[in-house]
Amino acid sequence: MLKIDGVTRRFGDVTALDGVSLEIGQGEFFALLGPSGCGKTTLLRIIAGFETPDSGTVTLDGDDLLAAPPNRRPISLMFQSYALFPHMTVARNVAYGLEQEKLPRQGIRKRVGEVLETVGLAEHGDRRPAQLSGGQRQRVALARSIVKRPRLLLLDEPLSALDKKVRADMQLELKRLQHEVGITFVVVTHDQEEAMSLADRIAVFHNGRVCQVDEPVALYERPRTPFVAGFVGASNLFEGTAGEGGGLSTGGFGVLPGTPLPDVAPGVEALLCVRPENIALTDADADVPAADAAEVADAADAADAADAADVVDVAADADAAADAADAGDADVADVAGTAGRAGDSVGASEAGAGAGGAGEGGGDGLLRGSVLDVSFYGGVSHLSIDVPGHPKPVLVAVQGAGAVRPGVKVRLDWDASDAVVIPRDTR
Amino acid sequence: MTTSRGRHRLGALVFLAPGLTYIVVLVLVPLALVLSFTFFQRGRFGGVIYEFTTENFARAIDPLYLGVVGTSLKIAALTTLIALALGYPTAYLIARLPRRWKTIALIAIVLPFWTNFIIRMYAWIILLNGPGLVNSGFELFGLGPYELLYNQGAIVAGLLYSYLPLMVLPLYAAIEKLDPQLREASANLGASGFTTFRRVTLPLTLPGVLTGSMFVFVPSFANFVIPEMLGGGKTLMVGNLIRNEFLKARDWPFGSTLATALVAVLVLLLLAQAWAARRA
Repeated sequence: MLKIDGVTRRFGDVTALDGVSLEIGQGEFFALLGPSGCGKTTLLRIIAGFETPDSGTVTLDGDDLLAAPPNRRPISLMFQSYALFPHMTVARNVAYGLEQEKLPRQGIRKRVGEVLETVGLAEHGDRRPAQLSGGQRQRVALARSIVKRPRLLLLDEPLSALDKKVRADMQLELKRLQHEVGITFVVVTHDQEEAMSLADRIAVFHNGRVCQVDEPVALYERPRTPFVAGFVGASNLFEGTAGEGGGLSTGGFGVLPGTPLPDVAPGVEALLCVRPENIALTDADADVPAADAAEVADAADAADAADAADVVDVAADADAAADAADAGDADVADVAGTAGRAGDSVGASEAGAGAGGAGEGGGDGLLRGSVLDVSFYGGVSHLSIDVPGHPKPVLVAVQGAGAVRPGVKVRLDWDASDAVVIPRDTR
Repeated sequence: MTTSRGRHRLGALVFLAPGLTYIVVLVLVPLALVLSFTFFQRGRFGGVIYEFTTENFARAIDPLYLGVVGTSLKIAALTTLIALALGYPTAYLIARLPRRWKTIALIAIVLPFWTNFIIRMYAWIILLNGPGLVNSGFELFGLGPYELLYNQGAIVAGLLYSYLPLMVLPLYAAIEKLDPQLREASANLGASGFTTFRRVTLPLTLPGVLTGSMFVFVPSFANFVIPEMLGGGKTLMVGNLIRNEFLKARDWPFGSTLATALVAVLVLLLLAQAWAARRA
């Protein structure tokens, strides 16, 4: 529906947009996500007609959009500041766009009434914007944008001016509204949570370029660049080269398990990205009986050992431990170090998990470190763990209030399927 | 508590004293004197006879003097309208300049104030008189010479020149303050440039329009130097009338009455402006 092709915009020496191409479908809820200064707002202003690109084309259903002045585009923009007319009442604000279409007064009044009903402000038509709360103003801005029934609605940081509670409500409200009116929504935001929860698809911007366009879950689970990995959610990145059979070869930690992206060839410089909630944490001091058990090489005993090992809180669940036990023969301790090599078959992840689990048994783990800090967020706790040889503390998320105290020695493990090997960003 | 507050007030008074003394002695006392003169009679050879009368007020509404007020109103209103017509686009353009050029433009606007007012009026005489620069310009095209000086047109030109900056500055402040996104929002909702101006920009800068108009109208209405110098004394404005009563006719009570009436009218205008600005 909206097709952006090779759009470039420079301001002096600064390249705000560098050859951006995107295609947005009819009825889609699309997000442009990126830090401030990444060019997303410039793109929005180009679509709305307040900026002109230096090169590139923008078409809406095949019509050249750039040829039309801003007031002749079938596009509504909801401004970050809402830009409500302070000298007009709520109803006058909403009616403004319809009055420009020279509609009969009766029709205008009816549609204004309807749309104010939709956003729950039917009672407030006579108020001035200054007499409304932030959330109410946002609704007025929304009503003013959708009353013209635009083909495309652009929203510039729609929720950033609201406090947390109102935000959550408005988030649901926006989604409901989008389903109801069936307009294509394009939202610009720097808030990855907002983008993830609202959008069907997200384009991540960085330095005027599009890094990745994907659905929220894919974006989170399979980031394609280090920037995306770092910007969308928290992540731990390890440097190294892509291993032969998957995984990442590092200098200090051997081969770490991970699934390479299709375009990552073995041997190239790469990064391994693993999410905090995918790291399993085990108390390193409880490994002595587990080691004994591994030597016994008895499956049942190994399972016991896994139980015995004081599992602080593990994202990899009990099944993984059982797998570990199943896989556990005398050699597992050796396997642990090279778990990532286990390959990319379906079994690979299990083998990896097995190796990891066995690693516990072997008293090794993928990584070892000591807890630096614990922060409780209600529901989840974030632990930062100092791993000798890794420049930054490793972040681990555990359910509930973590029982771990700073200073405790721990082992870290994860499945190959939960970690991605991505190419090193050259830019 | 009360003593500390009392001491606080005393301290404030010490700082206020110089300014307060100045205002009381040089503004309030003369104003009270002028006000009191309105109820007294003139002496035969000038001076004031302290006997109560209301005759001055009866004389002030004589058609002869009302005519002078009418002329003053006409000239001041015309000056204000032209100043608004010239000043609004100027202020609008300055407000949209890049920051560096904004400063330069604003300095250029106030620059004439750094030269003595009388000297600038003489400069206008040189520009407008018979063999002056403007007529020389016309001569190049085989036109003129025209009678440009010593008429109401010359008065309006002089007033306009003197007070245009006082129109531009409050307008600039009002336009500058206006969120540019409001104009964008208007365009986004389908309004043309003219509609945006009429329904968004102008209503929201109306306080600036009122302030600027007041700044131009008030000194134009009461001016007596420009009508004297550029009007050649042929056009009598309220300011000239008051000066003549004090200095030529030596009728201080009647001069005071006219001055009081003038102040009253201007105060009413200011109140009206303040009221309108609050509503806008």
